[in-house]
Amino acid sequence: MKVSLFITCLADVFYPKVGMNVVEVLRSYGVEVDFPQDQTCCGQPAFNSGYHKEARESARQLIKAFADSPMVVTPSGSCASMIRHYYPDLFKDEPEWKERAIELADKTYEFSEFLVHVLKVEDIEAKFPAHATYHHSCHMSRGLGLKGEPIKLLGQVEDLEMEDLPYCNDCCGFGGTFAAKMSDISEKMVDEKIKNIETTGADVLIGSDMGCLMNIGGRLRRLGKEVRVMHVAEVLAEGGQK
Amino acid sequence: MSAHPLIFNERVDKALADPILKKALPLTQDRLRGGRINAAEQLGNVEEWRELASQIRSHTIANLDSYLEELVTNVRKNGGHVHFAATSDDAVEIITGIAKEKNAKSVVKSKSMVSEEVHINKHLEDMGIKVVESDLGEYIIQLANETPSHLIAPAIHKTREQVREMFSKVAGRQLSDETTELTAFAREKLRQEFLQADIGISGCNFAVAESGSVVLVSNEGNARLTTTVPKVHIAMMGMERIVPTWNELDMVVSMLTRSATGQKISVYVTGINSPRQSEDSDGPEEFHLVILDNGRSNILGTAYQEALNCIRCGACLNVCPVYRHIGGHAYGGVYSGPIGAVLTPLLGGYEEWLELPYASSLCGACSEACPVKIPLHDLLIEHRKDEVEMGLTPFSEKMAFKGFGFATSHPSVYETAVKLAHSGMGFLAKDGVISKGPGMLGGWTDVRDLPQPAKQSFREWWKKEGKGRNQ
Repeated sequence: MKVSLFITCLADVFYPKVGMNVVEVLRSYGVEVDFPQDQTCCGQPAFNSGYHKEARESARQLIKAFADSPMVVTPSGSCASMIRHYYPDLFKDEPEWKERAIELADKTYEFSEFLVHVLKVEDIEAKFPAHATYHHSCHMSRGLGLKGEPIKLLGQVEDLEMEDLPYCNDCCGFGGTFAAKMSDISEKMVDEKIKNIETTGADVLIGSDMGCLMNIGGRLRRLGKEVRVMHVAEVLAEGGQK
Repeated sequence: MSAHPLIFNERVDKALADPILKKALPLTQDRLRGGRINAAEQLGNVEEWRELASQIRSHTIANLDSYLEELVTNVRKNGGHVHFAATSDDAVEIITGIAKEKNAKSVVKSKSMVSEEVHINKHLEDMGIKVVESDLGEYIIQLANETPSHLIAPAIHKTREQVREMFSKVAGRQLSDETTELTAFAREKLRQEFLQADIGISGCNFAVAESGSVVLVSNEGNARLTTTVPKVHIAMMGMERIVPTWNELDMVVSMLTRSATGQKISVYVTGINSPRQSEDSDGPEEFHLVILDNGRSNILGTAYQEALNCIRCGACLNVCPVYRHIGGHAYGGVYSGPIGAVLTPLLGGYEEWLELPYASSLCGACSEACPVKIPLHDLLIEHRKDEVEMGLTPFSEKMAFKGFGFATSHPSVYETAVKLAHSGMGFLAKDGVISKGPGMLGGWTDVRDLPQPAKQSFREWWKKEGKGRNQ
């Protein structure tokens, strides 16, 4: 099986290890991974801020970059949701591009979604002794309807004790430019998220979107708190691959 | 329609610094959230209900002109008076005109957001008329001289202790914290007001076109007293609050109460068909229906039309994590929360409400909770798009996104930018962490640390090492 990795701009620039771990896990299941170098960003920062002309420029580039890929896997529920839900709409007045947008939308998978629904992984051989909780990012859980998938994967990891996160449906306060534009509101949101994480007693916070994790992790660090923040792929890879 | 003199950021700062809001609001919000979820679980197939309710509302709004005509014909046939108010001022003129004609000294009101929208209390009071809110929550905020901070729980920002103090002051004696004692006092006090009032003003949860009826949904019985005791009853409705027949009413009322408070049905659902008839034992001598446009018809046929599907249940406020922290007043308009952020700029214009569409992290909890499936967070993005296209966003932001568009559509430029990110931001970083950034970055680093871009990006690693291992 062949897939192309869509790294996402955040993971490319700030968290390359997440990308390496995604590659590692996929390869451990015999998947052949390639990385089209012409990929950039999905355009969501521009789209959510109302700059749809610019978002279309980014989207066209991404559609072109993955034109020859049979499937695309990305370690972000948010970017996958952008492609799946908003790309076709972005090109509603350009039939040819709309068709190409739908084609990309149909072959794009979020990392856990790919593992559970395409690879049908049920036998993760990983051991990660930790007490952890999971952050359901909004675009992954609401946008893509993926809630059980990462939990199912993490549930197969030996010695990983998972706690339910209270108020798990509440946004962490990231929201892209919202975090910077409305930083005082965002601060209250992330502080409430951290308070809820602390009530679980978890040492590790696991998630599927580096935007949320950059927000929560950055606030945890600012507050001098010890909770480690990890992407699902990092847990699976560090836990010792299959 | 601004209810607050402060600008948006000041209102937010004030709300975030309010310890009572922080204490009071999440408690009630949690209760309302829980109620809605339980009610949805009891239904079992809530998604089918949402779909049907959404279709009913969309159909009604798409045919609003003919249903309005049917409603008006039937209200008049039943002996009621109908007034169209194109603007807030028109509505005020109509209602103050009726008050003048009736030589009214006092008005009793049951809950109506449309009456808040046109600030009718102030205008009546300016004429020397006593206005008393009879919904308990509205009564509380009237005593506090405030505006509602929630669609269905107007005093959600108040604590029991605050209510005790306000009621004690009116009572002239110290009341206890007991709910029964506080409500008993309000009941006793308000009973006199009902009996004295010359006019009763109510809202209208839904008007039924086929029979010309106004339907009121309430839990306290005050709506019934407001609409039966005074000689004149004026109902105020937004022009979109209409259903074709009682069959659809059944459906949307059920969705309203389940989504608002988690009740299968409210304590009272009152249908008013006409003024008092000869065979009736009570009821007002005159019935007036004031139908308010105030910007609503401008929304028809636009990308925002679905916003008119709103049945004012407040579910979007109850799930909103932004509302949870800033409360209703920070939004500044009559309607708060996600629906307020969508509606207020539509009714009041971007000039005054520029920031509201940005008061959301676009988490989508609102759209998921909405019983009539309004894509609220998508409509907020639509607003942002309109603001961009109208040139209302800051120059620096425009330039930044122009650059973003260029870089993300030119892979070689993008790659160079990624390559330079680590060293380019090096001067800001200490031990791989940026704790104080300039400009837009400052908004981020005011609250949290930012990692320095990695020394080797993923794409560089791939070129050097990653690619080769692919067997």
